[in-house]
Amino acid sequence: MADQEFNPSILGFLCNWCCYAAADAAGVSRFQYPPNMRTLRVMCTGRIDPAFVLRALAEGADGIFSGG
Amino acid sequence: MLTNADFLALEGTAGNFTATINMRPRYIDADACTACGLCTQYCPKHHVDPYNEGLAITRPIHIDYAQAVPATYYIDPSSCLFLQHETCQICVPVCQSHAINFKQQPEERKLHVGAVILSPGFGKIDPQTLEKFSYGKHPDVVTAFEFERMTTASGPFMGEVKCFSDGRHPKRMAFIQCVGSRDIGCNNGYCSSVCCMYAIKEALVTKEHDPEVDITIYYMDIRTQGKDFDAARERAEAIGIKFVRAKVADVTPWENRLQLTYATLDGQHKFEPFDLVVLSVGLESPKDARKISDITKVDLNKYDFCATNGFNPLQTSQEGIVVAGAFQGPKDIPESVTQSSAAASLTAASLKKVRGKGVELKTYPEEQVVAEDDEARIGVFVCHCGINISSVVDVASVANYAGDMKNVTYYTENLYSCSQDAQEVIKKKIKEHKLNRVVIAACSPRTHEPLFQETLRDAGLNRNLFEMVNIRDQCSWVHAGEPELATIKSKDLVRMAVSKARHIQSLPEQTVPVTPKALVVGAGVAGMTAALNLAEQGFDSVLIEKGDSIGGNLKNLHHTLAGDEVQSHLKSLVTKVNGSKHIDVICNAELVQTAGFIGNFASVIASGKGQTKAEQTVDHGVIIVATGGREHRPDKYLLGKSKKVVTQQELEKQLAGKAKSRAPGSIVMIQCAGSRGDDLNYCSKVCCNHALKNILKVKEINPDSQIIVLYRDMRTYGFAEDAYLEARKMGVVFIPYEVDRKPEVTQKGAKVQVRFFDSIMQEEVVMAPDLVALSVGIVPDDTDTLSKLLKLPVTANKFFLEAHVKLRPVELSVSGVYVCGLAHGPKPVDETIVQAQAAAAKAAIPLVKGYVKVDPIVSSVEQDKCIGCGLCTSLCPYGAIVMQKVDGKRKAETVSASCKACGICAAHCPTFAISMGGFTNEQLISQIEAFGATGDR
Repeated sequence: MADQEFNPSILGFLCNWCCYAAADAAGVSRFQYPPNMRTLRVMCTGRIDPAFVLRALAEGADGIFSGG
Repeated sequence: MLTNADFLALEGTAGNFTATINMRPRYIDADACTACGLCTQYCPKHHVDPYNEGLAITRPIHIDYAQAVPATYYIDPSSCLFLQHETCQICVPVCQSHAINFKQQPEERKLHVGAVILSPGFGKIDPQTLEKFSYGKHPDVVTAFEFERMTTASGPFMGEVKCFSDGRHPKRMAFIQCVGSRDIGCNNGYCSSVCCMYAIKEALVTKEHDPEVDITIYYMDIRTQGKDFDAARERAEAIGIKFVRAKVADVTPWENRLQLTYATLDGQHKFEPFDLVVLSVGLESPKDARKISDITKVDLNKYDFCATNGFNPLQTSQEGIVVAGAFQGPKDIPESVTQSSAAASLTAASLKKVRGKGVELKTYPEEQVVAEDDEARIGVFVCHCGINISSVVDVASVANYAGDMKNVTYYTENLYSCSQDAQEVIKKKIKEHKLNRVVIAACSPRTHEPLFQETLRDAGLNRNLFEMVNIRDQCSWVHAGEPELATIKSKDLVRMAVSKARHIQSLPEQTVPVTPKALVVGAGVAGMTAALNLAEQGFDSVLIEKGDSIGGNLKNLHHTLAGDEVQSHLKSLVTKVNGSKHIDVICNAELVQTAGFIGNFASVIASGKGQTKAEQTVDHGVIIVATGGREHRPDKYLLGKSKKVVTQQELEKQLAGKAKSRAPGSIVMIQCAGSRGDDLNYCSKVCCNHALKNILKVKEINPDSQIIVLYRDMRTYGFAEDAYLEARKMGVVFIPYEVDRKPEVTQKGAKVQVRFFDSIMQEEVVMAPDLVALSVGIVPDDTDTLSKLLKLPVTANKFFLEAHVKLRPVELSVSGVYVCGLAHGPKPVDETIVQAQAAAAKAAIPLVKGYVKVDPIVSSVEQDKCIGCGLCTSLCPYGAIVMQKVDGKRKAETVSASCKACGICAAHCPTFAISMGGFTNEQLISQIEAFGATGDR
């Protein structure tokens, strides 16, 4: 990958019941997508404290994905 | 669960049946198969994929779909090269877990059972019926089932809508309704009940994919009679989907398009070109319905569906055999789910004596104490999953990476972490290395966490000392072409999990005892049926009724559309309820207060009138809400102002009487009076059938009576369509009206005059009938009070909102509270009875168990930190946090049994007083830190 290319580091908060399940289903169907996201499973996106988002940005995340 | 099985024979009687089952060989050992899918990739033979309606190609060795249960592949012998020609066998060495076994033979099994539930589903309309629409002749004519697969994101076209002829995206699409239903030409006189709604859904989905596509739905009546279904139709109209009331005569190829010929109400013939035509095919009786009937001796109706009666809708003609789902009549998902629960409650009642017999409880070794300040000793197991992970991710390098992390005492690789021998290895290593945390990097916790947690328990560890990393479904499978990046991602995810694992703690397994008694609110047919079913299962109920006597709306009904006598049924129901030693009936009663949670409610019930008014407290484990509804009386069409204008319910009463003039010589019926966008925003589901049943009664008493029905859509769904046809054959005239041109009723001297626009004759008509009968809707009886008392959500139309409209149709969002009858939504008596049985089935689950198990990941409040602001209580969607006085101060407390572990409370608590088991702030923050700490370990 070229150095200039934006290669973001993304932290994804995924709801166990929907988005996490969907991400599993994407795998079962072998859908291909870029490997930029690291997932963090929560039992509901309602669990996401804004502090988590700020902390992740402070830790170097270029973006936050919330799937619920 | 026996899949790939055929039902061959049934002998014996209720309580003592022997069923003979033929187990077809799967050619794959289900216990060994890990559902990795490698066999399908290597299998060289093509196989038309029936799951995808033949629109895709799979292999003889395959799994039908990703979520199939059991998650085990199978070989279709019809196209397997080995089973047909004894060649190939490529799959055998490919399968890393040696699951393929061509030696498997069909096996006959005898099952000794006490009851039988028939749920074979529905069959498909014969393609011959579809030929007149050019189905099979032109590739761009598809059935709605095929189209469903096409629009599905995980389907063969990944959701892309296109014409099969040349792959172009259709610009104009047509849906043709009632293909193979309401069609005596193919002997399917009934309405399939679901097609209008699925056509609207498919049209909406298509519009989402391509907003430019022009969609027309050709229909006779739009039958969106289900709860809140009309809203979907309105939404469809609002985004430009056209609805044309017309019968389509044929579809013929025309250049590269298709031409529809149709006739509109005013008698005009029209032609319209389309790119893609979808046939909304109906639901048939299952293809082996007659075979099932031969085996079980259950009676079928004239359409080969299972015959039942309206007061016991799931009971077949054979004792001990009940039916559920589309075999009982065409129906949609929520109703099928409701029927399945109801069927379970009926069999649970009949098998009460043997409940719990033959069950062996598993025991576990004593749990090792892991204190909070004990040093974390983490074991990391990285799975190859055959080659599913290791063909992309460098598993060894991930394991070595983990091995270098702080607190990681042991690390290794597994070929299949989920295999039986791997479980033994994990147990051994836990003991050998005194591991007190286990991290497994493999597939998804959604499928495998319970298995590994069980292994931990077997090894004497608390099951919460476990963390799983998903490096298959969400890594190797989706980054197949980028092995290096996938390996880095795997390492990052393992680092995050190990970091979290350092902070995870043992959590207690909580169980809460259940008071084995139900409170049933409302003693109409729903409440009575639910209480009786619980009584048959051996449980006590307190049945409270607001009125003077039990019976509810059944008191106002006299016969059903099927011709059954309502009053005699009501009488026997009331006698059974009053005679039951399990049911305590309290009339003139209301629920004043309820405290507690599932298993442990305490309710204050006020009863009696004036001087005799008294309050009592009842302890109970569950609540069934059956508060019912009533006729809506619109201030329209002179209702209440003229004696010549009555509601259908009043007409029914009049017809059941003895007056000579009870069936007048001329009647005009107005449907949807005050409903569907008028006073009431919704369709009340029962009114069309109610009109039909009165029509047939009038005609029975006075065959010369002239009846005109002014309607918007006749919603005689299911087998009621027969009555609609019968009425038309008798000369009853049905005239549709448009919502912007509603009929008018005026007083003219002693007469009433009805003025309406006849859309068939295309002219204004004025009549002076002897009687005007209004089909008015149903409104729920006060749901506000109970909604506030029990924190139950209601819909915009004030009916109680179920926990999930499709999959949990009788449960409410508050654990331990269930709903049935008109309080849930308008529905006829038979559906109410089934729903009440279903609510009883769900309510009986905690009653039978005697305890409620609480998932350890629920929230807990640290009361020292709580400032009593109450934010959590107001935000909790499940009513699972209550405010209590502790030493004079307001403090929040989690009702563990009601908590669903969503964590909304924890995310909003301003003082961080709330903690989620397994998802604490500390654990999640450490995971986030580890996400950022790419250089550290």
